[in-house]
Amino acid sequence: MIGFLIRRTIQAVIVIIGVTAIVFLLGRLIPGGEARAALGPQHATPFNIAHFNRLNGLDLPLWDQFYRYLRGLVHWPPNLGYSFRNNQGVTSVIGARLPRTLSLVGASTLLALIVAVPLGILQVVRRNSLLDYTLTAASFIFYAMPSFLLGTLLILWFALDIKIFPVSPPGQSTFVTILTDPRGFVLPVLTLSAITIASFSRYMRSSMMDAMAQDYVRTATAKGAGGMRVLYGHALRNALIPILTLIGLSLPAIVSGALITETVFNYPGMGLLTVNSALGDDIPTVLGTTLVITVATVLGSLLADLLYAMADPRIRFGGGSS
Amino acid sequence: MTQREDPLEMVVLPEGGEAFSAGSMTRQILRVFVENKLAVVGAVIVVFFVLFCFVGPLLYHTNQTNTQDALLNSVQNAPPGGSNPLGTDDNGFDIVGRLMFGGQASLIVGFASAFVATVVGVAYGALSGFFGGWLDALLMRFVDINLSIPSLFLLIALVTIFRQSEPLFILVIAYISWLVPARLIRGETLSLREREYVQAVRIMGGSRRRIIARHIVPNSIGTIVVFATFQVADSILLLAALGFVGLGIPAPGTDWGTMLSNGVSYALSGYWWEIYPAGLSIILVVIAFNFVGDALRDALEVRLRQR
Repeated sequence: MIGFLIRRTIQAVIVIIGVTAIVFLLGRLIPGGEARAALGPQHATPFNIAHFNRLNGLDLPLWDQFYRYLRGLVHWPPNLGYSFRNNQGVTSVIGARLPRTLSLVGASTLLALIVAVPLGILQVVRRNSLLDYTLTAASFIFYAMPSFLLGTLLILWFALDIKIFPVSPPGQSTFVTILTDPRGFVLPVLTLSAITIASFSRYMRSSMMDAMAQDYVRTATAKGAGGMRVLYGHALRNALIPILTLIGLSLPAIVSGALITETVFNYPGMGLLTVNSALGDDIPTVLGTTLVITVATVLGSLLADLLYAMADPRIRFGGGSS
Repeated sequence: MTQREDPLEMVVLPEGGEAFSAGSMTRQILRVFVENKLAVVGAVIVVFFVLFCFVGPLLYHTNQTNTQDALLNSVQNAPPGGSNPLGTDDNGFDIVGRLMFGGQASLIVGFASAFVATVVGVAYGALSGFFGGWLDALLMRFVDINLSIPSLFLLIALVTIFRQSEPLFILVIAYISWLVPARLIRGETLSLREREYVQAVRIMGGSRRRIIARHIVPNSIGTIVVFATFQVADSILLLAALGFVGLGIPAPGTDWGTMLSNGVSYALSGYWWEIYPAGLSIILVVIAFNFVGDALRDALEVRLRQR
């Protein structure tokens, strides 16, 4: 188990360093150069560009620049660059927005699990029934439905036509607000979790089906365990383990979905910040948010895998050979 | 998934899996469309939209590029009826014509980026899997790292840095899409390169290039075709998502996502004809490609065919 944990952590660190390198290189690939992008076309005289490059260390060799970039990142608070459009550091622009996105992603993933696991089990218990087919068809539709369309339709129907829910969640919100004032979050969380519910329940269904076909289930039945006990005591416990891995693997997609959801519902998180910065040509902020959200995603996947290691007895007791 | 494979059947099967010539693959694909109703529906929808977007404008003439003219000479946000079967948008462009015009961009970007992503991904994956060792480890880490960046964030960063233009959208969407086929084909190559017929080619002195191009890639063609079909749908969705957040094809050009996003800004005014046609087009095309892809997967993937 310790071996697995160490290897998995090293892997996450390598990925984070790699992502940092990609984001760093993207910043150096701006056509016309970073200086021209920051100064704007009318101020980008050769003299100003040379001055800007000297001031920001852009005249140094690439490896030296990367070293300085990394050194800036490991400080607290990390130096993510400077947003010339906002006239402040990218780190402070991001500030309160990260927790908002994290709470949106967290709440949606939680909801997806709470809904998808029972749905998947239900489909296995009543497999090949009308209910099974209906749920399969529904999950197919939600899986194909782009979240910007689903979010738009939910706003049109449930916020404008029937005014049950507000159009956007309260701006200054965190995980605490989701609990105290959940009304504004119903539509965004539903939008973000719809696709996840669809894919998780599909996976849960096949994972349960697989578990039901295993020898240990047959053994349990042969020893006289009742249907309920076999289902929940044996099959479910084993079927749940791969779901943990699935959460880790799905995180990048869920975070991408959060970007759309935040844009649809005008919720000031990392996604909306990225979109607005992109629309305003604020490249340092776009790169900064991309780096921060990716690190958060990688750490989230790492956490899911660590839980997986603790849940799966083959890893917990084995030498970590899986 | 639940059915256990018949052990006898597994013994009877030839070791190298089923090899088939191009002719038999075409036949297999044709058989899918005869047997699978959903695949037929999907194919019909795709053909309909291709004709609608590319042949439609030849029969149904509308101004879609001159904003000035549209603003001056037509009614803005006109409801459906009269000379505008689906009304007009906020610039006075006819919605039906707009759907064709925007659909061209969506379909071209969808097909082209799926093509680029598939070609690059297949070449990369085949090389990585074939050579193995440290090169494989290095190449695959690069894929892992790119895959760990939430794709829309990477997409938006690329679009912001390299500016918006149609060829760029194709390359940028291809960049975030080639990673998955690279992984798939690498896995396939790892198993294919150990097969007898590949070793036979090696013994007979066939070059590495020949092995990859003539033996490994053709034997992965099922996986490749299935991926490419799904990828067209995904690419159309990615462009639509970009359009929706306001980073799509710049005006006076458009795409279905940009149309939807423009329509949504008038949601309070109840201009439904600016929202539903574009939204419906996206969904229909995406579902259609998924139907076709599902059917192809059932027909072409050897592992699944053994069910």
